[in-house]
Amino acid sequence: MGHLAFFHRTPGHTPLRGKHRTPSLEHPQLTSGPEGPRRRVPPRESSSAAPRLTGIVLLAPALAAVLAVSLYPVLRTLWLSLHDAGFSSGSHFTGTANLSRLLGDGLFWNAWWRTVAFAFGTTLVETALGIGFALVLHQSFRGRGWARAAVLIPWAIPTVVTSRMFGWIFDGQSGVANYLLTRLHLTDGYVNFLGDPHTALATIGLADVWKTTPFMALLVLAALQTVPKELGESAKIDGASPWCTFRSVTLPVIAPALLIAALIRVLDAFRVFDLPYVLTGGGPADSTETLSTFGYKTLFSGLELGYGSMIATAAFLTEVLIAAGFAYYLSRRYRALEG
Amino acid sequence: MTAIPAPVPAAPAALRARRRAVTRRMLFRLAVTAVVVWSLAPFLWQLSTSFQRDRDLSSVTPHWLPVPGTLEHYRAVFTDYEFGKYLANSVIVTVTATAIGLLLAALATYALARLPVPGKGVVLAVVLGLSMFPQISIVVPLYLVLNSLGLLDTYTGLSGSYVGLALPLMIFVLYAHFRSLPTQLDEAAAIDGAGLLRTLRSVILPLALPGIAAAGMLGFITNWNEFMLALAFTSSPEHQTVPVGIAGFQSQYFVPWGDMAAASVVVTLPLVLIVMLFQRRIVAGVTSGAVKE
Repeated sequence: MGHLAFFHRTPGHTPLRGKHRTPSLEHPQLTSGPEGPRRRVPPRESSSAAPRLTGIVLLAPALAAVLAVSLYPVLRTLWLSLHDAGFSSGSHFTGTANLSRLLGDGLFWNAWWRTVAFAFGTTLVETALGIGFALVLHQSFRGRGWARAAVLIPWAIPTVVTSRMFGWIFDGQSGVANYLLTRLHLTDGYVNFLGDPHTALATIGLADVWKTTPFMALLVLAALQTVPKELGESAKIDGASPWCTFRSVTLPVIAPALLIAALIRVLDAFRVFDLPYVLTGGGPADSTETLSTFGYKTLFSGLELGYGSMIATAAFLTEVLIAAGFAYYLSRRYRALEG
Repeated sequence: MTAIPAPVPAAPAALRARRRAVTRRMLFRLAVTAVVVWSLAPFLWQLSTSFQRDRDLSSVTPHWLPVPGTLEHYRAVFTDYEFGKYLANSVIVTVTATAIGLLLAALATYALARLPVPGKGVVLAVVLGLSMFPQISIVVPLYLVLNSLGLLDTYTGLSGSYVGLALPLMIFVLYAHFRSLPTQLDEAAAIDGAGLLRTLRSVILPLALPGIAAAGMLGFITNWNEFMLALAFTSSPEHQTVPVGIAGFQSQYFVPWGDMAAASVVVTLPLVLIVMLFQRRIVAGVTSGAVKE
């Protein structure tokens, strides 16, 4: 979640491009280099290399830890996907056998489309709701701190607990949702929300929306704080309606942050595992099977390391594609704005 | 742009304007209420459920309040399900992983934000990108590594994995805070003869304390809630964490909604308290990068 602190930096200051706030001026000895021309100021010999070396030494353990739990495993998963392997049995290289099996696997494609639809669908709803929440929480009113804390609570709750909560609320027999909906005559009889293939995925989507809208709201709130107050005020003086002000003044300013927040959400929603695993186990009739639950079951219940790794690799590559798509769109937008 | 002064409004117009302002305020209050109720209702319902008797929970008409209440579910959670064990496991794994992670993250961020490390932009981008990897694509290799090290179903294996997983998040929260401190601080410390590590310990860390607190809390919440790796890497109640415990809740004859609710309340309450107490800090910690520049 903290990525946003990083992401939110204005385009002029992009750490991603490696611009430092303190360029060469502060460390002249670095730009001239050891073989450079004569140094005017006799530098303290130790100080030219020391901060650099210390920096590398300080960075190394964290970098090693991150690489050990992400880059290495992903590469090994890729390697495993080219094998026929089990946990205890040996493995042998089968090349693209798993890939052709994957491409012809209807279960995989169903799970893939379902996961994509889930990721984009929930993100869309969460973005809309998040904007609404943030607009409300951005105003100043008495008890705002408490309201903000209340909104953060769903986000802090473990997803497994969220699953249990929604499992209980949407229970087919004693669920309070069924009671209320029937009382309000919105449904004819009790619906087995999580036991019916038509409603199970939507119910899980609702649980996801409840849990992660605070994240969206927080990001939008951060973006709203960058909107100059004078803009809104002058729009008001000019007689613009609140909706008009929002659409033509606020939205353009927060759009880049919004897109990046949506990207983080889509990538996260695409990994969805806890909710379906606990609520439905992928059922009924595979109607809530996502790539993560499908992959996990293939790996740890089917004990098919090779094919399971192929599914995992497909999930990974889809994430990369989504991220690349967003990055492409963002860069084009920026260029259009600058040019 | 000049605003044209409105003509002095006639009495009915003023009345209408006032009425509109009142309506707007009412609508706004309604919106605040809706937002708060939407966010709190599921948790409050869980809280109420946890104190209700099983027979009330299975009745056709829900009882909104736990009257007459019972502590039976809390008793069951701690005795029948031995939930204390899961809680202890979660605390041990999460606290170790968060503490070690915070130390590594602080050292690394100091290097990235304030020392002339070559290629730091690339390093940041790589760390950020790696944090986006889906867990399903890392779970098996980590499992195999832990297996060959004999670390499956141990605290060390699980919290070791968490250290690496929460690091990117912590680094990014800390980065904004470390960068926001003026460089003159380091220079002054250097003139006073402090080495780099001394500068970090006595100057940077104390000043970046709010950021460190935010990073620590976010890391704690992430680790406390993690499910898939805990599910894969631990197999006995001796080392399983709370999410795995709650996911495994089952009873032979009926769904133990009351017990689950009690367990949910027990694990959620610390997080709710953290959020209540540190709301401002969390919002600031997460959004600082956006606000400061």
